[in-house]
Amino acid sequence: MSATLAGWLQAIALVGALALCYRPLGDYIAGLLTSAKHLRAERALYRLVGVDGDADQRWPVYLRSVLAFSMLSVLFLYGLIRLQTHLLLSLGVPEMEAHQAWNTAISFTANTNWQSYSGESAMGHLVQMAGLAVQNFVSAAVGIAVVAALIRGFTRNRTDRVGNFWVDLTRISLRLLLPIAILFALVLAANGVVQNFHGFHEVTTLTGGQQAIPGGPVASQEVIKLLGTNGGGFYNANSAHPFENPTGFTNLVEVFLLLVIAFSLPRTFGKMVGDHRQGYAIVSVMGLFWVASAALITFFEHQHAASALQAAGAAMEGKEQRLGIAGSSLFAASTTLTSTGAVNSFHDSYSPFGGGLTIFNMMLGEIAPGGTGSGLYGMLILAIVAVFVAGLMVGRTPEYLGKKLGGREMKFASLYILTTPTLVLIGAGTAIALPGERAGMLNSGAHGFSEVLYAFTSAANNNGSAFGGITVNTAWYDTALGLAMVFGRFLPMVFVLALAGSLARQQPVPASAGTLPTHKPLFVGLLSGVVLIVVGLTYFPALALGPIAEGLR
Amino acid sequence: MPTFLRTHLTALRMLLVMTVILGIAYPLLVTGISQLAFPAKANGSVVERDGKEIGSGLLGQSFDLPKQNPDDPDEQAQPDPKWFQPRPSAGGYDPKSSGASNLGPNSEDLLKAVEERRAAVAAFDGVDPASVPPDALTASGSGLDPQISVAYAKEQVQRVAKARGVPAERLDQLIAQYTDGRSLGFLGQPGVNVVLLNRAVADLT
Repeated sequence: MSATLAGWLQAIALVGALALCYRPLGDYIAGLLTSAKHLRAERALYRLVGVDGDADQRWPVYLRSVLAFSMLSVLFLYGLIRLQTHLLLSLGVPEMEAHQAWNTAISFTANTNWQSYSGESAMGHLVQMAGLAVQNFVSAAVGIAVVAALIRGFTRNRTDRVGNFWVDLTRISLRLLLPIAILFALVLAANGVVQNFHGFHEVTTLTGGQQAIPGGPVASQEVIKLLGTNGGGFYNANSAHPFENPTGFTNLVEVFLLLVIAFSLPRTFGKMVGDHRQGYAIVSVMGLFWVASAALITFFEHQHAASALQAAGAAMEGKEQRLGIAGSSLFAASTTLTSTGAVNSFHDSYSPFGGGLTIFNMMLGEIAPGGTGSGLYGMLILAIVAVFVAGLMVGRTPEYLGKKLGGREMKFASLYILTTPTLVLIGAGTAIALPGERAGMLNSGAHGFSEVLYAFTSAANNNGSAFGGITVNTAWYDTALGLAMVFGRFLPMVFVLALAGSLARQQPVPASAGTLPTHKPLFVGLLSGVVLIVVGLTYFPALALGPIAEGLR
Repeated sequence: MPTFLRTHLTALRMLLVMTVILGIAYPLLVTGISQLAFPAKANGSVVERDGKEIGSGLLGQSFDLPKQNPDDPDEQAQPDPKWFQPRPSAGGYDPKSSGASNLGPNSEDLLKAVEERRAAVAAFDGVDPASVPPDALTASGSGLDPQISVAYAKEQVQRVAKARGVPAERLDQLIAQYTDGRSLGFLGQPGVNVVLLNRAVADLT
């Protein structure tokens, strides 16, 4: 079979699998988020934790619960990392410095999984499974909980209640993420992903040298790293490591896992608002950007237009033989369009436009399909902006799903959109202006600038992948990127929940002849245009200095 | 109790419950099932020769000559002509430091490394420099890639046959035997597992 045909079949198989899951998974999640019934085990859990599962919260209380849970998660994880040398299964790793532990604790709580450490030399098994992997579950659940509150803002009327955070968190973690994780962890382990509690195991190689075979509970962590769009590798090489991603089959499973929830959530949205066509419109925009990006990155990698890649004859630097260019490009597009940031090949060595697109994907705000929950609320904010723009054109008060979008709603939407560009551009600009931080670049010139731009784009958008050449384990980068991650994650949540509260309070207005239909191709086109213009253009000058300058050289 | 404190106590208790379920019970369950159902894979696909463990079937190894002076850190490792050679590795096939070179696509350092590798590999294998395949010139993502392309394996046949005094046809057969096709026929890219191939080659002589 030719490589081209295999590449096409791979993409078709993936789209087919995602399409098959869209309805059942989306409906299942909608059921979880709307059902009034609790499982008996959940009732026991609520009693133990001390929450009333039947009492819905006002939006400020919901927000405070999100923030309290996340802050305690950071502190707990920070303590666990700092104390790991005294704990079980620490494998003799050295103590981690305070700034790096702080950066890591924030990174995993904020669903980013930016890693300034290297897994095999800095983390013991206990911290990986009881610290990092737990955040991989719950930070993903927090994202879905927040979008659930936003959707309830559309579906509920004349109320100040947007749901119960503790109930949402519990149901999503235990009834959505955990069963899928158990199933696919076994699929991965059956295909060669390791799952044990061993440390390094020394063997004598064929030539008589020594090699240390690593161990660890990898399959159980690998699956939630992808399913929860987290992305933090057990090992430094992440999903390029043969023990994390041993075959072409596991590679497709991993891409599927990192997309499946985010692509099914529009169905949940459609189901909850009582009009599946609304979900189809949103998923169409997501799919459009995802297909275009995957196709373009694959094209640019096959073209490999850059001096060192031309000299080698193919863009295989930083890519694995078993995964190939098609399998690597598909992963790269999917991981940067979601908030995953796992990598099966190293973006720093991608062709200028291929690597540039991975940055651009993140700059779009990770909405196609985006992170678990965060992708959908990002896209719904842009849908609100699109409706508003359309309303301005015809001179009518805009409304979306029966809710009026007045000054208050638009303020929250605008603040949401301004947050990440501010963090990215100020962060990258400051790093470039400081001579010591500029020296962290591995590569020089435009490509070096791209490394810095990538780092702040990745942190502020909670992606976590990197142009890995840059040296970021310094007090300055750990602190600055940590701040970008924490503000990039939680400020938007504040605006989303405030918006949810403001929408839930309203009395719906009936649709009239002047209402913009938000389920038709016209709206899909309008929303796509808004995504490109409002978000994409913000970053054009920065992109022009980095990947575009390098690509046109 | 003030609301502020109560919220944080709830959060703490919730975090601890989640840690027990998702951080302890879940990985233990998956480990238990994996160790019962597919222990060899769950323990790293370790391969043996003559009853001794020689590595993992999933992790590449280097096949270099012993160093002239083992204490000299600057001495460049020289490839051993008796073995099929793997791809270049940013971490020297050390699983304690997996990872890539991260050199940019227009990097002068990468360009120089690729050109030097092309000349060295062509001279080593006795072939035309233009025919050396890309995987022989580029470092993998993990630094532990166990595979090379079929083209690179075939390129090395004459050299290994000569160094070992074995017929080239026999090596061609082994290459065919240790070529992994695409998973399910269409996923990923075919490649030859260097560790398994070399283990079989070692048994020839």
